[in-house]
Amino acid sequence: MPKFKSILIISLLVTLTGLTVFALEQKLMSIQVKKGTVRSQPSFLGKVVAQLNYGDQVAVQNVKGPWYFIDRPEGSPDGWMHSSALSTKKIVLKPGASDVDQAASSDELTLAGKGFNQQVENDFKSKNPNVDFTWINKMEKMDVSQNQIQNFVEEGKLSPQGAQ
Amino acid sequence: MKRSNRREFLSQAFKYGLWSLGATPMISAILSGCEMLDNIAESGPTIELGDYTIDTKAIAKKGQSVSKTFEDFTPEQEYYIGRTVGARVLQKYPPYDNPRANQYLNVMGQMLAQASDCPETFGGYHFLIQNSDEINALAAPGGFIFVTRGILRCCPNEDAVAAVLAHEIGHVQYKHGLQSIKQSRITSALTSLAIDSAKEYGDADLAKLTETFEDSISDISQKLIVNGYSRSFEYQADVSAVSITKRAGYNPYGLVDMLNQMKIQLKPDRQDFAKTHPSPDSRLAEIQEYIGKYSMVTSPPTRQSRFKAALGKI
Repeated sequence: MPKFKSILIISLLVTLTGLTVFALEQKLMSIQVKKGTVRSQPSFLGKVVAQLNYGDQVAVQNVKGPWYFIDRPEGSPDGWMHSSALSTKKIVLKPGASDVDQAASSDELTLAGKGFNQQVENDFKSKNPNVDFTWINKMEKMDVSQNQIQNFVEEGKLSPQGAQ
Repeated sequence: MKRSNRREFLSQAFKYGLWSLGATPMISAILSGCEMLDNIAESGPTIELGDYTIDTKAIAKKGQSVSKTFEDFTPEQEYYIGRTVGARVLQKYPPYDNPRANQYLNVMGQMLAQASDCPETFGGYHFLIQNSDEINALAAPGGFIFVTRGILRCCPNEDAVAAVLAHEIGHVQYKHGLQSIKQSRITSALTSLAIDSAKEYGDADLAKLTETFEDSISDISQKLIVNGYSRSFEYQADVSAVSITKRAGYNPYGLVDMLNQMKIQLKPDRQDFAKTHPSPDSRLAEIQEYIGKYSMVTSPPTRQSRFKAALGKI
């Protein structure tokens, strides 16, 4: 009986260690775009279930081609995101001195708002008043909804394949 | 990591770990969607030292990976570079303020971007027609895409317009713009990240960073407007154009229709596409093996009529 007990304890320990190692390998990723859209299906046609912000971290649970099924730590709806919106690096939104030091020696960290940023663009504008950004801003405001895209596909009798 | 964060991380990780154990296979390696796949060290000449073999090329590659490359620009920085390159491109050709035509291009362009390998960029894809008779199309980093009225006149159908936009999406996807920035600027820009932890840069640091920014913008603009990309970059973008249009449901021979029309309309003495792109004939020859069996572009009436309505008088 004591032998059985020790086998039980050992196997329990082995299982727990395995679980911990496994749990730590769970892949966390960060939203690397301004608006991270989460969809109900692994497709742009999937209904939008959530919008995540730049820098938000998500846990990847499943992969289907370029689509990742993600779970948010805070518990908002799970869903699918296109992998191009995600980075394996942790994105620090308001980096402090320790983050800057860490980023200098590590490939695991990205500092948001550092390097070429709004401040640099503003400085560039003040030095180059002849470069006009009016239409660049207008371009960014030309919004297209998924409904418009879907109508466009149907009206044009397009039959998309793969990757959609 | 702070203790509370660490605890939170561990508890989350544990939760997901347990969940995954029952439901999904382990995810071993996940690459970000638009990351280049050429980071794998290649084997090279080897040096034999007793029992040991040293792979020189692998060592050289490892050494390089420490230095910064264009791939180290974050999507956020790429977006700011793209905005300013776009503003520069608009100095060359002014915008064509036709809401209907621009809207048509944006809906088509978004649809094509979604069929690409890199559908999501930091600020998304945006398309604009430029008011010029010159035949040209340009892509600024991050997804700001410009096409002249001249190149749209080379398009006999929507499938051909789709090929033009998809070619430019290809340049964005492969980060060809960022690859035009000289290495010295990249090193300077990316090492500046370690300068200061304050929220805003101080005057001296900002002045230096803006100077590097201006130089980087010049590198890209010079390449886009004056010198043109290498033949291999153009070929890559043409291959993207074929695969994206196919995936989106267009006839990839739209690209061939456009190139054939361009051949007729290009004037060798003009400062446009002819100067910055390989000739239509060589592009046609190069995509031949990739594009598949010929089938004539026959747009359904609804597709052709909306194309005529939006761009018929371009």
